[in-house]
Amino acid sequence: MKIGTPKETFEGENRVAMTPASAKDLQKLGYDCMIETGAGQSAGFSDQTYIDAGVDVVKTAAALWKAADVVAKVRPPSDTEVKRLRESQTLISFFYPGQNKDLMEAANKKGATVIAMDMVPRISRAQKMDALSSMANIAGYRAVIEAGSNFGRFFTGQITAAGKVPPAKVLVVGAGVAGLAAIGTATSLGAITYAFDVRPEVAEQVESMGAQFVFLDFEEEQQDGAATGGYASVSSPEFAAAQLAKFRELAPDIDIVITTALIPGRDAPELWTKDMVEAMKPGSVIVDLAAERGGNCKLTVKDEKIVTDNGVTIIGYTDFPSRMAAQASTLYATNIRHMMSDLTPDKDGVPNQNMEDDVIRGATITDKGAITFPPPPPKVAAIAAVKREPIKELTPQEKRAREVAAFQAQTKSQVTLLAVGGALMLLIGAFAPASFMQHFIVFALACFVGFQVIWGVAHSLHTPLMAITNAISGIVILGALLQIGSGSWIVVILSLIGVLIASINIVGGFLVTRRMLAMFQKS
Amino acid sequence: MFSIGITSAAYIASAILFILALGGLSNQESAKRAVWYGIVGMAVAVVATVFGPGVFNIGLIIVSIAVGSFAGHYVASKVQMTEMPQLVAALHSFVGLAAVFIGLNAEIMLQAVQDMKAAGVDETIAQLTGFGEKLWHKDAVEVAILKVEVALGIFIGAVTFTGSIVAFGKLAGKVDGKPSKLPGGHMLNLGAAILSLVLLIAYANGAGIWTMVLMTIVAGFIGYHLIMGIGGADMPVVVSMLNSYSGWAAAAIGFTLGNDLLIVTGALVGSSGAILSYIMCKAMNRSFVSVILGGFGGPQGEQMAVEGEQIAIDADGVAAALNEADSVIIIPGYGMAVAQAQQSVSELVRKLRAQGKTVRFAIHPVAGRLPGHMNVLLAEAKVPYDIVMEMDEINDDFPNTDVAIVIGSNDIVNPAAQDDPNSPIAGMPVLECWKAKQVFVSKRGQGTGYSGIENPLFFKENTRMFYGDAKKSLDELLPKID
Repeated sequence: MKIGTPKETFEGENRVAMTPASAKDLQKLGYDCMIETGAGQSAGFSDQTYIDAGVDVVKTAAALWKAADVVAKVRPPSDTEVKRLRESQTLISFFYPGQNKDLMEAANKKGATVIAMDMVPRISRAQKMDALSSMANIAGYRAVIEAGSNFGRFFTGQITAAGKVPPAKVLVVGAGVAGLAAIGTATSLGAITYAFDVRPEVAEQVESMGAQFVFLDFEEEQQDGAATGGYASVSSPEFAAAQLAKFRELAPDIDIVITTALIPGRDAPELWTKDMVEAMKPGSVIVDLAAERGGNCKLTVKDEKIVTDNGVTIIGYTDFPSRMAAQASTLYATNIRHMMSDLTPDKDGVPNQNMEDDVIRGATITDKGAITFPPPPPKVAAIAAVKREPIKELTPQEKRAREVAAFQAQTKSQVTLLAVGGALMLLIGAFAPASFMQHFIVFALACFVGFQVIWGVAHSLHTPLMAITNAISGIVILGALLQIGSGSWIVVILSLIGVLIASINIVGGFLVTRRMLAMFQKS
Repeated sequence: MFSIGITSAAYIASAILFILALGGLSNQESAKRAVWYGIVGMAVAVVATVFGPGVFNIGLIIVSIAVGSFAGHYVASKVQMTEMPQLVAALHSFVGLAAVFIGLNAEIMLQAVQDMKAAGVDETIAQLTGFGEKLWHKDAVEVAILKVEVALGIFIGAVTFTGSIVAFGKLAGKVDGKPSKLPGGHMLNLGAAILSLVLLIAYANGAGIWTMVLMTIVAGFIGYHLIMGIGGADMPVVVSMLNSYSGWAAAAIGFTLGNDLLIVTGALVGSSGAILSYIMCKAMNRSFVSVILGGFGGPQGEQMAVEGEQIAIDADGVAAALNEADSVIIIPGYGMAVAQAQQSVSELVRKLRAQGKTVRFAIHPVAGRLPGHMNVLLAEAKVPYDIVMEMDEINDDFPNTDVAIVIGSNDIVNPAAQDDPNSPIAGMPVLECWKAKQVFVSKRGQGTGYSGIENPLFFKENTRMFYGDAKKSLDELLPKID
């Protein structure tokens, strides 16, 4: 089958859904690859590099849509593109079916199968095709870079001959993928980075990236993010108020604010209010990654950079991934390639729309003339984060009590054993003749010595132990030796065999033990 | 010729030497001396007995010992370290067989002595062996006890003999390693045990030698059937158990012959095997009975489904991770022994250590088919023993480890033992290798382990599967480590 990628038609979109590298991998899955001429140009991939990778370069978008069985692109299809869809064609792209109901119905009428890359469920197995995370990662990085280019000072603190430079203070609101990427970038540039998230369980991740987590003085059981697929949910009004109070307190100190707070299926929550912006120092920068959905700051203007009256720059771009088209295309194309390899388990170049598979089911929004959105909840909980009960630290008293109890239990079992053993001995002694008891004493003591000695043997020497006990159990040779002089020929023969095999045991056992022990060397 | 006094003194000396020999195994250095104590002890015992009172046919004895020694020497010098479990099992069977023979002899001689006594032959004319003399002086109660001892010696000896032969066959791959039972299962064993008891009572009450011959056969069947019903990975327990039995058989023979050295040695060996079995069972969190009765108990409920997929990796990927790692822990299992990969593992360790990395081994008590099997294989491949750690010593270090490599082990690294209360191996102590930053599993295919349960480790995010024969995979990896 043929898989094709058209040039993106959206104004200013630089990304492309297929790179020469991903095309090579797709060909390994059995697909023929084609691409519209110039599709990779703005991402830095010329037609020639595609041709070198064995990709057919097609002159027009119309021809491509006509020939391709699978169309992979970045942005949701335009109206024209939807018209070009046909039955049994598969479209893979970002789609946002929740917001684009009409578009989805139009695509469904055409009978095409649509796989929305933004609907890939957030489970471990699907991480490799999680394009939202790939893009968010880029957005987070780029947000810091954009902030830096609009910020008049260094990120890192320096003491120079020309005076002391204070480090920049960066606050990242929302520690999702984009937030964490922003934290990583900001700390590696040397800024003092603070981060906040409504999910307290991400504090550990934040700290691992080198930022300080901003804790609220607020006592409320926060909902575990794991219950909502790893995304944030709406917080209570009291919580929101505590959060805003904290931000207000921080605002005058912070040089750069990067907000990334989004709740799936809702407008962005307002987190950075007008008065906070006014409280900031001139020259400060706000990058609002939620601009697409109204912004975390109400002053944000979508797709624009504005400067407020008090000199604070607010950046509301929504095309951060597209601004890093080469990187974004590489990651996105890899996500697509992973999706295709899950769709093509047999590597025969024919997609197998296996609706039993959680990932494929979740991402497919229309299939064979039926709308399959929204998907049922995945069979697996998104992130298994059921916290275990912390192990209680024992107080010294409790520890002591436990030790005493253990000691008593041990004493009890030992005394019982001794008593039972003693009674048993008495019983035997009462009936058995004296000659037997003499040997029995030896036997009992030998068992006792054996138990004491063997516990001391090193674990690593258990095999030599078996070999040497093997050798010394060849001591049965004595029995045969004592019988060999008998007058009966049967006894002589049997004891001869006994002596023979016992000697095999003795010599073989000792020799092999020595061989093994000689091998153990210290470094 | 030595007097009885000198012989007894020699026996005391060898008993003490044997105890020192076992006690010396507490560490690798003293062990090398300890084995000499054992050898000297044995030599003293044999010489004192041969030249002691009441032993005849010395020419035959010398020939027999010479032939046996030669055979023992030949086998022990030839054996590969990976074949050690088979060898140990085979040697156990010899002890069992010898015990059976000695028991039967004791019965024959007892009859002979009693016939002579009945015929009124004078003791001085009767030309008795040392053992015969003892028999001569026994009264009726002592004879009854002697008969019970003989029967016990024969029973344990025969179980050990056939059991060890089956264990040998399974370990050597000559018998299918899967557990198999005749129809009737353990009821058959129970029936045979009851029959043995009946035979014992009949024999003690004066029935002839046929009861003992029949007992040998019945006990032989029990040994065969019991061990056939136990699977390959439970062999560490089985071999330790047979080791223990061979000791008890020797002790029973010691009682029969009234020989204290045999009793002491038998008891030492018996308790050693018993403790080893206990340690092995503990390491699998299973009771001795459940291991011996074979098979895993049925799961108590729905087992957790395993989510995710096994992600494969090639030698380049593993090499890259190893080259970057600072600390590495290797977990070998039976698969390493099967693939004979210990030399390659050793070479890998040498290269990694030459780069200044911390490399250690984590050994689970039941890794392999014999207690301490892995230690011996690694020692053979010249891996220094001070980097080979026990489970308890190293389990806490996994979180600080960059790379854990699992070579041919499965159940002993199964996190289900801790996470899933319904797993058949729930509660078994396992090596927590998944806590390492990255885990590589060298494995032949996607199959499950001996217990037949999925291993969630293979599906973890930080786990990569390095498929293929362990030795081939490692040899492919070696040139890529720089």
